[in-house]
Amino acid sequence: MTRSHLVAFGCGIVFAIGLVVAHMTDPHKVLAFLDIAGDWDPSLAFVMGGAIAVYAPAWRYYRRNGTPADTVFTIPSRRIDARVVFGGILFGLGWGLVGFCPGPAIVSLPTLAPSVLVTVAAMLVGMIAYRLVSGRG
Amino acid sequence: MEFTPVSATIGGVLIGLSASVLLLRNDRVAGISGIVGGALARPRELSWRVMFIGGLLLGGLVASFVAPQAFGAPLRLPIWQLALGGLLVGVGTRLGNGCTSGHGVCGISRGSPRSLANTALFIGFGMLSLYLVRRFAG
Repeated sequence: MTRSHLVAFGCGIVFAIGLVVAHMTDPHKVLAFLDIAGDWDPSLAFVMGGAIAVYAPAWRYYRRNGTPADTVFTIPSRRIDARVVFGGILFGLGWGLVGFCPGPAIVSLPTLAPSVLVTVAAMLVGMIAYRLVSGRG
Repeated sequence: MEFTPVSATIGGVLIGLSASVLLLRNDRVAGISGIVGGALARPRELSWRVMFIGGLLLGGLVASFVAPQAFGAPLRLPIWQLALGGLLVGVGTRLGNGCTSGHGVCGISRGSPRSLANTALFIGFGMLSLYLVRRFAG
């Protein structure tokens, strides 16, 4: 157990609290954001906006001051390729069916609601199946 | 659903703080699908991912007691819909290397065209998917 493990643990807890406070753990709330043809609830956009308002300056600071830890951080690609396009499409199609993206699904797991258990099990199967078929990490 | 901009923004700020600390202290991107998918794939990066996921689960466990209403009413959907939806979320987020957190928050904050394109697509196709399932299967 190192300090970076404790940091990761604490970040997981705060991330979960953020999702709970924003009610993003309620799939009906998420589906209401996607329901533009019905009773649209734009709350989810405010969650993303609040998070970006904090993370964007943190990223600028990080880029200016280099990496404080000893690990080499590889900056994620900025290129738009077929994988990121089809990945977004498949993820969106699934998201609209269940109202769960990976974060809220994991945070909701301790409720042991049958719908959450089925969704998370299928999500993990999808992740493992993709890895086996594609051979990518 | 009632529009709740204040709690949504406060929750978003907490998510942004969590992601910022993970970046500044640990040099890691707070992308949940990457953390979970990576934990399933890469043993050398396993331990911090397990700790982060442990934090998510502990937060969820405590919330399920102190704020059960945050999880909403039970989702009454046919099992095929839950299974297909979960499967597509799993495959899609690994194929596209990210989800709402990794692309939607962290990537857009970096001004990444890749993340912006992915986010626009998953929101657009999420809206389409919900519309179609409500129209034809609901």
